[in-house]
Amino acid sequence: MAKESTLKNMVVTLTLITLIASSVLGGVYAITKEPIDAAKTAKTNNAISKVVPEFDNDPSADKFIKELDEKSYVVYPAKRGDEIVGYAVESYTSGGFGGRILLMVGFNADGTINNTAVLSHAETPGLGDKMVEGKSDFSVQFKGKNPADFKLLVKKDGGDVDAITASTITSRAFCDAVTTAWEVYNLCAGETQTEKKEGTNE
Amino acid sequence: MSKFNLVTKGIFKENPIFVLLLGMCPTLGTTTSAINGMGMGLATMFVLIMSNMVISAIAGFVPAKVRIPSFIVVIAAFVTVLQFLMQAFTPGLYETLGLFIPLIVVNCIVLGRAEAFASKNGVVDSALDGIGIGLGFTAALTVLGMVRELLGSASIFGIKLIDGDGILVFVLAPGAFIALGYLLVLFNKLKSKIS
Repeated sequence: MAKESTLKNMVVTLTLITLIASSVLGGVYAITKEPIDAAKTAKTNNAISKVVPEFDNDPSADKFIKELDEKSYVVYPAKRGDEIVGYAVESYTSGGFGGRILLMVGFNADGTINNTAVLSHAETPGLGDKMVEGKSDFSVQFKGKNPADFKLLVKKDGGDVDAITASTITSRAFCDAVTTAWEVYNLCAGETQTEKKEGTNE
Repeated sequence: MSKFNLVTKGIFKENPIFVLLLGMCPTLGTTTSAINGMGMGLATMFVLIMSNMVISAIAGFVPAKVRIPSFIVVIAAFVTVLQFLMQAFTPGLYETLGLFIPLIVVNCIVLGRAEAFASKNGVVDSALDGIGIGLGFTAALTVLGMVRELLGSASIFGIKLIDGDGILVFVLAPGAFIALGYLLVLFNKLKSKIS
């Protein structure tokens, strides 16, 4: 059973135990670092290829960061040859019922939404998580819509989006994230147009 | 107590959920579906077995006054190892349970078994105790998850039985308490019949 406690043996034991524990953790971290990174990249790439038209570049390598309202968003351009065929915008909102919702929204070159994918969320299973593709038709209604003439608000708020039954907060948050993505996309699209103009001037 | 009894007592006589009522936070939080409950149960079982073994091995030379901090360091180390491993090799499961994995550290079952059993018994007995309590915990969480999934989403292990929604309250927090309450009644009834 446990020994008598003296200052010396308490300090020595605790130091030893924490030392061993941290070195074990360091070892496991080093071993698992690569698979963890690989799993994360695979997930992002998977989401990108789901939401943008077919491409032949590596969007993860070409990614850039856009600032909007002092927040930064990651944008993955999809190219075929040199031509940009679409953008995948990693957008988020903290307005979800369970907090932060991370979305990947893909746009075609003409500004229509190609597809959306939920990267992470903490919505209620059975209610809010119906926004995930395949669980309900909610996310399907965004496909092929151009936010310029498709109002990204739930019908209750005067928009064009059919909300998920009993999950208006989630639906609103989803629309909010897609709207943000659309604004970020406009920043990118505007930039390429000015670039093209500059190119012709030269 | 025989070795066999060490394992079985955790499943029935000292079931951590239905008898000891320990570790309620992950129990109520993760059991929205059978598969989540089972994942959480297995993750806790891994930590229980490993920490029980290590703690019973080091208990002899840990001074009494720093006993709890030492045990917590051991438990936290194993939980973090588990978190790394899950992130690397089962990213899908980590996504649903990720939030609750760090909470295993403060799960009173793990520290409770370290204090009440592992610090007073040998390595082999402690491992068996970890297996028993872990199995009991897993079984309880799976059953609770199954009941909530069946009533709440009309499916079992993700397989839809009836089209449409179930009784939604069962996938929400209040449903967890209601389902657990009725399961407790059932378990006690069963127990009194047997003994």
